Amino acid sequence: MRKRNILAKSIAIGVAIIWALPFIGIVMTALRPSREVLYGWWYPPFHLSIKNFVGAWTHPTAALGIGLRNSVQVAVGATVLPTLVASLMAYGLGRLRFPGRGPLLMLIGLLLALPQQMIAWPLFREMHAMGLLNSLTGLILAHSAWGLPWIVFFLRGYIETLPVELEEAARIDGAGRLKTFLYVIFPLMLPALASVMVLQFTWVWNDFFLALILIFDPNKMVLTQRIPLLRGQYHVDWGLLSAGALITMLVPLLVFIFLQRYFVKGLIGGAVK
Amino acid sequence: MRSSPRAEPKGTGEGKSRVGLPLLFWRPFRRRGRKEEWIAALGFLSIGLLLIVLFVIWPSIRTIWFSLFDSEGFAGVRNFARLFGDREIVDLGRFLRREPPWGALLHNFVWILVHLPVSVGLGLILAVVFSKIRSWWVGIARGAIYLGIVTPLIVGGVIIRFLFDKHAGMAPQILGALGAPTPWSAGWTAYPETALLALVIGSIWLWTGFSMVLHSAGLSTIDRELYEAAQIDGASELAQFRYITLPLLRPVTLVVAAMTFLWELKIFDIVYVATMGGPGGASNVLALEMYFSAFRELDPYRASAIATLITLFSLPVGYWFARRRLRR
Repeated sequence: MRKRNILAKSIAIGVAIIWALPFIGIVMTALRPSREVLYGWWYPPFHLSIKNFVGAWTHPTAALGIGLRNSVQVAVGATVLPTLVASLMAYGLGRLRFPGRGPLLMLIGLLLALPQQMIAWPLFREMHAMGLLNSLTGLILAHSAWGLPWIVFFLRGYIETLPVELEEAARIDGAGRLKTFLYVIFPLMLPALASVMVLQFTWVWNDFFLALILIFDPNKMVLTQRIPLLRGQYHVDWGLLSAGALITMLVPLLVFIFLQRYFVKGLIGGAVK
Repeated sequence: MRSSPRAEPKGTGEGKSRVGLPLLFWRPFRRRGRKEEWIAALGFLSIGLLLIVLFVIWPSIRTIWFSLFDSEGFAGVRNFARLFGDREIVDLGRFLRREPPWGALLHNFVWILVHLPVSVGLGLILAVVFSKIRSWWVGIARGAIYLGIVTPLIVGGVIIRFLFDKHAGMAPQILGALGAPTPWSAGWTAYPETALLALVIGSIWLWTGFSMVLHSAGLSTIDRELYEAAQIDGASELAQFRYITLPLLRPVTLVVAAMTFLWELKIFDIVYVATMGGPGGASNVLALEMYFSAFRELDPYRASAIATLITLFSLPVGYWFARRRLRR
């Protein structure tokens, strides 16, 4: 028994160190003047400096300050819109029995496995034709549509676990479908909606590919797009890049600290159930 | 699947087709007919379907369509045939005989071969080990691993590059101190021998948390009494793992493996920011090659063929996954 515990504990210690060190390295590099970390962040002396953060925030070609603003707009829009639309869809697919429902569910299920590359080029052309290229609105629409299938799947699964009796009671009271949805189902869905919103927000925030192909105006680029631009052409300024990485991680970090429960629930519900 | 339309009871209120679109929402349920059910469904589904069709399904169809053409007109499957003869995609002559580049498809293949068992297995083992002991190290380890899944992959790529940098990176510095020769003690991402490996290791570091979180959740659903019974029968810890934990976690493991496979197949951000597929294509992957093809070389036909290829690999897994979730 003793031996077992020691083994397990040493695994935990080893894993904790290996997994945490890269993050510690980034934090150390970001918080110290560049000349101190040139040959490894683990060497002393240690001086605190916020120069890297200021530099990344106001970078001449990739100012993260503007990026943060754009990212917030895109992530909020591309979370609220698909969540509302998907909850309607999920109710339709979860409670109404109409011909073609099975195949439609299957189609939506298949879309979960679609790689973003599959839509990239035509989407680019479509957005160009619609005048939505290079606009945050276009990116929000693309993200919303892209997120819909998994959100619908998730919410439909949740709705099917709700007791039908409540809806029947609402029906007897004379409520129609839309009213039943708004006043009975939607409030009951709130816990699931919280998970969905946390997950979708994090994913949209973290996304790089869709932004890369749809946005190229320097003023409209989102945070993740600016990270590769912070890296110099010939010389990598690790202090600047680390500070940028930390600023970009700010939101996922907050999710990690405060909303972990919902995030994990969402992951589990989306994958296992 | 109880969604089969044939299995549904016939509607009772047929012939109520006077209902206008705004009215259909407050039709009493008991008088619904099939047609009305359908119209009501349309009401709930229309906005979402419009978005999905416009921005997901139609572009996908266009991509398939594009993949069948080239600049001279209809090409059939010629684009795909060309891909398999293209050294950027498959280079069997070099594969495992010389250092990379082996071609993007083979890089994805190697990536999956290494990353899938390691990250899924490691996540499983860690979930089990961490469930057995109480120590604040477990908290730190869990937290750090968990952080990997919420980290934007673009930042993940930066950290990988940082980890394996010649001067600032820990891995080459430690290996150098141990007397390792050049590619290992220099910037891994700058040498063809090590670039792909650095990315694969980094992606394990980033993705193991996914497997760990889901397996942990699976573990908590296993009945404790099973273990107690096994202990009374004198089953060793390893036997308990082999005959109780592993079989009961199998559904979770399968799902984790499927999602991991899809994740590896479309890996892009990490490669883009850490190596750009370099040096000399030694860490190129399909998704990145597709991007280069479409947006740098402006060859939508080849790009579409590559995208379709990735989809062809993901669809069987996606089909299995969707069926499984709909069957319940």
